[in-house]
Amino acid sequence: MDITLDLIVFAVLALFIVVSSVLAVTTKRILRAATYLLFVLFGTAGIYFQLNYSFLGAVQLLIYAGGITVLYVFSILLTSSEGDKAEKLKPGKFAAGLAATLAALGICLFVMLKHKFLAPAFEHGELPVREIGHALMSPEKYGYVLPFEVISVLLLACIIGGIMIARKR
Amino acid sequence: MIHMEYYLIVSTIMMFVGIYGFLTRRNLLAMLISVELILNSVDINFVVFNRFLFPGQLEGFFFSLFAIGISAAETAVAIAIIINIYRNMKNIQVRNLDKMKW
Repeated sequence: MDITLDLIVFAVLALFIVVSSVLAVTTKRILRAATYLLFVLFGTAGIYFQLNYSFLGAVQLLIYAGGITVLYVFSILLTSSEGDKAEKLKPGKFAAGLAATLAALGICLFVMLKHKFLAPAFEHGELPVREIGHALMSPEKYGYVLPFEVISVLLLACIIGGIMIARKR
Repeated sequence: MIHMEYYLIVSTIMMFVGIYGFLTRRNLLAMLISVELILNSVDINFVVFNRFLFPGQLEGFFFSLFAIGISAAETAVAIAIIINIYRNMKNIQVRNLDKMKW
């Protein structure tokens, strides 16, 4: 297998994602965990860009990296006092969690690599935004106008719910 | 061309790192960050399956798009709840949240 530019970009992204996600769950300080989560989300957006789904990558950057991370940072600053460190877990529980995760990871990787997928048919080329828009707004088969409307109601409900829960009484 | 399995390996590792974090962290916000990792890895899976196996269709693409929106809503509500818990108990460590425990 020859080494192409695509493969190098993918390898860098994959390493970046894996290292950042491991650091995000192992670091002691919660604000650093949020920062590493931001790095993971950037890496994921890079994977979307590499798969030629630029629209999805842009959405990922806008909503996740732009919106959710800011929300996390604000809530961390609101809820944790200075020098707040992660609580020490009992070594037995820690080892049990690690062992369960590693076993499940091994089983999943084994099943996935043994499975024969359909023949991959990767096509280079950008997905046109016109096509996305038509599919998003069409009520016919393979049209997504109903989930689009439902998610708008969900977002409205979540705005009202967030205000109701978090406001001072 | 990059094999599809490489993407799936990355997303599987990300998912189990998230599960590990969910099992071992004892702070509500850290647990929520782990849940974000899990959701994100599933999004990658949908996109990769769509791109490699069914390139003429858009189901995986739209599933990821809506999953991103729904996870934003979920995070907003969860953080509102966590801030409310902090206001009532001055703490968001899981060990101290036992008022509703029977």
